[in-house]
Amino acid sequence: MTEFVDVALLALLAVTGLALLKLRNLFAVVILSGIYSLLSAGLFVTMDAPDVAFTESAVGLGVSTVLMLGALALVGHEEKKPTRPRVLPLAVVILTGAILLYGMADVPPFGDPNNPIHQHVTPRYLEEMPEEIEVPNVVSAVLASYRSYDTMGETTVIFAAGVGVLLLLAGRRRRGQDEEEPGE
Amino acid sequence: MTYNIILRIATKVLCPFILIFALYVQFHGDYGPGGGFQAGVILAAAFVLYALVYGLENCRRVLPPQVVYACMALGVLIYAGTGVVSVLLGADFLDYNVLAHGDPIHGQHRGIFWVELGVITTVFGTMVSIFYAIAGRKGLN
Repeated sequence: MTEFVDVALLALLAVTGLALLKLRNLFAVVILSGIYSLLSAGLFVTMDAPDVAFTESAVGLGVSTVLMLGALALVGHEEKKPTRPRVLPLAVVILTGAILLYGMADVPPFGDPNNPIHQHVTPRYLEEMPEEIEVPNVVSAVLASYRSYDTMGETTVIFAAGVGVLLLLAGRRRRGQDEEEPGE
Repeated sequence: MTYNIILRIATKVLCPFILIFALYVQFHGDYGPGGGFQAGVILAAAFVLYALVYGLENCRRVLPPQVVYACMALGVLIYAGTGVVSVLLGADFLDYNVLAHGDPIHGQHRGIFWVELGVITTVFGTMVSIFYAIAGRKGLN
């Protein structure tokens, strides 16, 4: 049953990806990328990572779809046809894909208890956490306590990203446009 | 979209539940999937939905942009402030064991609570700020 779900989700993911490549209507592209996120979230659930699936569906499916639709309202719904066949991007993509596949050969099999990631600090977290923190969700404990430096960095990155977007998009009133949009 | 009565009523019914669900995800993050990042996005989604259906101006009246911008910075301050408090109490930066006097486990719970509060505040502020910035451009209103 699990294999069937995995194969079905991956097949749908591939179909969605190919459809994304072919489509020229950007509205459909945005909606399909939302569906792509939803399918990825389904895959994360089958890999027993509900926290990641949760984030993927909230950010990838929810907010980023709305933001992309907002951007579409500014730039129009149709993608321009390429004027000439672009060989260089194709070459770059194929090369990158080949390198990734080559790298995949060294990745340890998924779910194997002897993988390096299960041998390093994970056993200590799982064994000591009930006495040290007493939080039933290990993910929360690792994220907010054992690795709180990381999470602080992530929060700061989000803050910096927000400030960057605001400087780019909302900062245009300074350039002598006060008369047009007073007191916003 | 602004004058579609089904959307308006559905939004009115859904918004409180989305807000409550965001708080559930935030405070139940210790027991099930969830935490500050997810809760912040869900909280922002409630306001995005409201703005999509009732218009950006009405949403700005409920949640002024200045408040959202302040949230962005406030969250990072809460997070780093938790670390500073633990330093002032004589431990390492972000070592929660000392946050409750003489009870390390309670201290850990307190630390996680404040840190997650900082995360939800920054994520919520950033998401709504970006939405305001993109939706506030000419051509959408």
